[in-house]
Amino acid sequence: MADRERRGTPPYGGEFVARSVVMDSDDLTRAIRRMAHEIVEHNHGLDGVELIGLQTGGVPLARLIADDLEEIEGVRLDVGVLDVAFYRDDIGIRPVLAEEVTEIAFDVDAKTVVLVDDVLFTGRTIRAALDALGAYGRPRSVQLAVMIDRGHRELPIRPDYVGKNLPTRRDEVVDVSPEGVRLGEMVRR
Amino acid sequence: MRHLLSIADLDRSDLESLLNLTDRFVEVSRRPIRNVPALRGRTVVSLFFEDSTRTRLSFETAAKRLGADVMTFSVGTSSVKKGESLRDTVETISAFGIDAIVVRHASSGVPSTIRRWTSAAILNGGDGWHQHPTQALLDSYTIRSHFGSLDGLRIAIVGDIKHSRVARSDVQAFTKLGAEVVLVAPPTLLPPSLEGWPVTVSHDLDAVVGTIDVCYLLRMQRERMVEALVPSLREYAQRFGLSPERADRLGERAIIMHPGPMNRGVEISPEAADRPNAVVTEQVANGVAVRQAALFRLLGTESQLESLEPKGTS
Repeated sequence: MADRERRGTPPYGGEFVARSVVMDSDDLTRAIRRMAHEIVEHNHGLDGVELIGLQTGGVPLARLIADDLEEIEGVRLDVGVLDVAFYRDDIGIRPVLAEEVTEIAFDVDAKTVVLVDDVLFTGRTIRAALDALGAYGRPRSVQLAVMIDRGHRELPIRPDYVGKNLPTRRDEVVDVSPEGVRLGEMVRR
Repeated sequence: MRHLLSIADLDRSDLESLLNLTDRFVEVSRRPIRNVPALRGRTVVSLFFEDSTRTRLSFETAAKRLGADVMTFSVGTSSVKKGESLRDTVETISAFGIDAIVVRHASSGVPSTIRRWTSAAILNGGDGWHQHPTQALLDSYTIRSHFGSLDGLRIAIVGDIKHSRVARSDVQAFTKLGAEVVLVAPPTLLPPSLEGWPVTVSHDLDAVVGTIDVCYLLRMQRERMVEALVPSLREYAQRFGLSPERADRLGERAIIMHPGPMNRGVEISPEAADRPNAVVTEQVANGVAVRQAALFRLLGTESQLESLEPKGTS
């Protein structure tokens, strides 16, 4: 979980306390490798495929997937970066911190865009991302890759590539970092 | 942050965080579609008791690019003409259910007075000689985008300081952000007392022009002639106008700024106004992004970080 998500998760100003380690860094590496293979397989190569990482947790993950895709197919994809803060539907309901860069240097029109995020939860970030993407053009299709699908969807959204399905309680917090994936909760300091 | 009334209410970190948020909106303005739905469903009213085109249009553009609904209250066609009081006007507008009021008034203190009569957030679009906070923010942003930071810069503000809300706001913002400000004006156009102003004063533009990073020229208002504060516009232009010769003596990286509308030939020569280092149109463009940042900060949720925290709702 990136710092921004942490700051936006109640109790605000609390501290993340890990209860269990779900994946270690080797597990992460293997899952990323598998997801890269699935992306290539599913799209019959990388023709017309573009990667966009969602700020903030999805960006390093998208870059790691791009590394693996390069090894597999010998093609280096440019990784786009998208901050969906201004497209969220919970502005006014919870803190929305808008401080990250958006940079999509390629044309998304008629492309297959793979959105990459670390954790799929309610699906609202992805809805906002689909809206934001619409401001850049009309992709031929949009796919979704996430490291952790933790359930509790509030919208009809499903991932195409999943690192791990992780049953959680609603009030738990999933932390994804290069060291691995931990499950825990925010505790008031 | 509930209202934006005065730069005096903000500290350095507030200012920097607004400028950082402005960066985001400048980036949004470069996208193929410049609108984002961040404030969809909110209503922003512009309530201008004093003439303004750029500030009002800039605020309205900012609100629209955030997806907010915009209502324009123009005094000329309103019940104010029939003698409606300021309080009744504000209470009536508030009864429509609005989220923010952008107000400009010829009297200092109006924005801070009307906040008692409404639950809407108040943004000061200029009040009397007092404050024009979004102008100071967009000026600071423009300077920061040229120099990376205001720290250690030397900025001259030239002209009618006494009657200028822009000067008062800019002095506060620039110095809070680490710049050194020198005011350049004839004694008649300086405030009676500069106590508490963190500035130096000069009456000689020629002595200052070679030492500064930013030359900020204020609009010379023609009414000041009537008050006989300067002998003639021509003499003012000769002593305090940015002539091509003075512009030549500016440092290589120095920029020329003006809040607009410019009196070409008075405070700035037409030739100097069109130089590549004159950034007046950049100021206007940054104005929209700065006002987006201010509206988003007040109506978006960052302010709720504090208000939600004690309750700890999940």
